[in-house]
Amino acid sequence: MIRSIGYGADPRVRIIEWLPWVAAIAAFFLLPEYLSLGARILTYVLFALSLDLILGYAGIITLGHSAFFGIGAYVAGILSAKLGVTEPLLLLFAAACAAGTLGMATGAVILRTHGLTQLMLTLAIAALCLEIAHKATPITGGADGLSGVTIAPILGAFKFDMFGKTAYLWCLTLLFAGWWLTRKIIYSPFGATLAGIRENRVRMHAIGVPVYRRLLTVYAISAMIAGVAGALLAETNQFVGLNVLGFETSGELMVMLILGGVGRLYGAFVGPLVYLIAQDVLAKQFPEYWYFGIGLMLVLVVLFARGGILGMADALAARLRNHT
Amino acid sequence: MSAVLETRDLCKSFGALTVAENISFRLQAGARHALIGPNGAGKTTFVNMLTGLLAPSSGELLLGGEDIGRLTPAARVKRGLGRTFQINTLFRDVSVLDNVALGVAERHGVAARLWRSANSHREVREESFGLLETLGLSQDAGKRIVDLPYGKQRLVEIAIALGLKPRVLLLDEPAAGVPSLESGMILQVLDRLPGEIAVLIIEHDMDVVFRFAQCITVLVEGKVLCEGTPAEIAGDERVKRVYLGERHE
Repeated sequence: MIRSIGYGADPRVRIIEWLPWVAAIAAFFLLPEYLSLGARILTYVLFALSLDLILGYAGIITLGHSAFFGIGAYVAGILSAKLGVTEPLLLLFAAACAAGTLGMATGAVILRTHGLTQLMLTLAIAALCLEIAHKATPITGGADGLSGVTIAPILGAFKFDMFGKTAYLWCLTLLFAGWWLTRKIIYSPFGATLAGIRENRVRMHAIGVPVYRRLLTVYAISAMIAGVAGALLAETNQFVGLNVLGFETSGELMVMLILGGVGRLYGAFVGPLVYLIAQDVLAKQFPEYWYFGIGLMLVLVVLFARGGILGMADALAARLRNHT
Repeated sequence: MSAVLETRDLCKSFGALTVAENISFRLQAGARHALIGPNGAGKTTFVNMLTGLLAPSSGELLLGGEDIGRLTPAARVKRGLGRTFQINTLFRDVSVLDNVALGVAERHGVAARLWRSANSHREVREESFGLLETLGLSQDAGKRIVDLPYGKQRLVEIAIALGLKPRVLLLDEPAAGVPSLESGMILQVLDRLPGEIAVLIIEHDMDVVFRFAQCITVLVEGKVLCEGTPAEIAGDERVKRVYLGERHE
């Protein structure tokens, strides 16, 4: 769990940080029947990482992060279904560029505001994107969604198979790249500045930090990562539905991150894992009331574990250390 | 001597309420200047206008002859205007060294870098540590702010401001809230501040003011009442009236 950042923090990867990767590779061999769920979890972990970067490390509150996820998914989907571009890396690149541009343009307005105004603006931008996608039926498929997405083999060699093996490994590879980039940012001087802005903006102004510019940079980077996650969803599902731009997607993502632990890097790993597995299990057992289980879980976390599951684990470890 | 910082008819109003009225003020290069006045005189408002946290309603603000009235707070810092805060604004759960390094890194121009870890910027850590050493805080470099006595926290505020290598340093009540046992070390640090930095101190503690300042400006109800040497101010009847009340006459 990364809590200590700044000029005194050791940036080397600790052994425990390899645990998620070992677990993900083990799951590939041990749970072959769950690979499509696994790919979905990995995609959402990448999406949650992008949110943690702005919410957990820079303190930007948003309920509209689905706008970037959605635009990434639609750009990849439209390029493939309508223009015949099927190269997966090219689609990811285009999605990242589109989401990053949207992040820059909307961030330029959003980041001049604070608190509730900021929250409402992020919500409004996601709602606008949703409505545009809804109305532009000839391009996006509208309420029926965008089908006909075809993806060429990765690097011309690895074809997406019906068992989801390639999709899982593709998601894992991109998540690793996203994790590496996010971790690099967190441990950099830029990351230390972001943490400072989150904690005390007035102080950062007083030491000469161009706060707005730094926030805009991280907002655009986060949007790009979210866009890649969206494109990944389009590539692995070969379909894009309107829900990728919806408020529910942003809300669910926020719940996942709170569940795992905000501003802890690995909270973005634990949250989607627990949430999506719980959703899968509960939906099978109680098809009508599965949301009740998710709600109960969130209430318990908010009441008894403010720092999320990782916060609870931290507190437990500290208590054990004090006893020994 | 030339003025390194100058204000001309600086005003600030919030609706019908005027909190600063035609403040014309000159801070000479290398000066030790104090700004005093009773509670609500507008001292912190004045400092906030100088640093850009508050926009003046009218008037001019010059730093080294350059009009900085429209610049952002960060741009003013880059031009050499440093400050400390009346109420601690330190990062409480972060180490003393990191608190200072954030400012030093910004001045070095490395704070926006993404690829190298913060830890690998040795020049930033060494300079920050050197600053702490000068202020007698090297032993506390690794401690969290929250674990430091209040007097030392005030010194960290000064260390951060010095890390910006300012031409003008604004000290907003550096000894406020510090127990008398610890205030001695703050006075020692104030005495040792580099001579090339012009210092404007805003302080309630008259012992600190009269020991430190060569020139004092008295602010009352947002206006400059008078300005002079400590001896002149101590003997000024208007100042006595403001501090001791009409009955003093």
